[in-house]
Amino acid sequence: MTFINYAAREINCKLVYYGPGLGGKTTNIKFVYEKTNPTSKGKLISLATETDRTLFFDFLPLDLGEIRGFRTRFHLYTVPGQVFYDASRKLILKGVDGVVFVADSQAARMDANLESLKNLELNLKEQGYDIKTIPYVLQFNKRDLPTATPFEEMKKRLHYKGEPIFEAIANKGTGVFETLKMIAKMVLLELRKGK
Amino acid sequence: MAGADLILHPEEYERIREVIARLRSECNAKMVFLIDKNGQSICAQGETDAIDVTALASLAAGNVAATDSLARLIGEKEFSILFHEGERDNLHISVVAGRVILVVIFDERSSLGLVRLRVKRGSTDLRTVLETVWNRSASPKKAAAGGSPFGEITDEDIDRLFSD
Repeated sequence: MTFINYAAREINCKLVYYGPGLGGKTTNIKFVYEKTNPTSKGKLISLATETDRTLFFDFLPLDLGEIRGFRTRFHLYTVPGQVFYDASRKLILKGVDGVVFVADSQAARMDANLESLKNLELNLKEQGYDIKTIPYVLQFNKRDLPTATPFEEMKKRLHYKGEPIFEAIANKGTGVFETLKMIAKMVLLELRKGK
Repeated sequence: MAGADLILHPEEYERIREVIARLRSECNAKMVFLIDKNGQSICAQGETDAIDVTALASLAAGNVAATDSLARLIGEKEFSILFHEGERDNLHISVVAGRVILVVIFDERSSLGLVRLRVKRGSTDLRTVLETVWNRSASPKKAAAGGSPFGEITDEDIDRLFSD
């Protein structure tokens, strides 16, 4: 649900990074935070456990600049990936405009990817969204690991609806901004379509 | 996309701002914020330079969402008011019309009783204004009255956002 404020001339959109635990959702957001000009970003908030596992969400507001005289602001959220935090994930999906699914490329995590994807579909549905129509980007993270599943195999198992796929090594920043730019673009195009 | 976008026009914003400003004054509060349940700040009044409004909005919405779920877990519909007491400042959070969050930050110059009383009245006024906003947002034709600039967004406009 985009928030368009004509008084402040702002467009506010919500992006959510979804995916299995330890897949690199927080790493994506942290890299964006580190590499973004201080004037274009707000505070990075992480509600994490003592061991740095996301407990509720990470949050990063980004100001992308003006479009047609409106400041374009994106609020990036991650969800906690661990299976038992499902209640929190549902809360964070409320009002989402676009979703990035961060899949873990390690062969041993394929089942976790599939479970999380299924969970995303279900939770979106509960909020009244359809994964088939919402702006959605798929990221294959950890492509540098020797145990990474081949790209084609990942695609066969996880590609959902012809969504764009990006290969990433989030801790080095590879593919992080490409993913973000694509989802932001898709959300803005949706805005154009809706009006 | 599920749910209509929230579209706030200047005249509605001004009415909201007036209600929030009056509430702040009546409560003798440091700051008053109106936030939507998805974590977007709608309006802020008071000594807001000292605070990260965006972060506050996101965290308050997360807090309300989590508390709503807690309420349902124990068989309550909702906890309509949350109150956090600090050493200096206190936070009074309430849900207005089931869809937006009103946050009042106050110190020893005010009291919980006064804030609760004034918030109750302010919420009624806010509800009236917000209903206009929601009705308009839910109807794309009315929302676009005066011409929506977004139908005209070009691929070049979007690419320019990412040019650096």
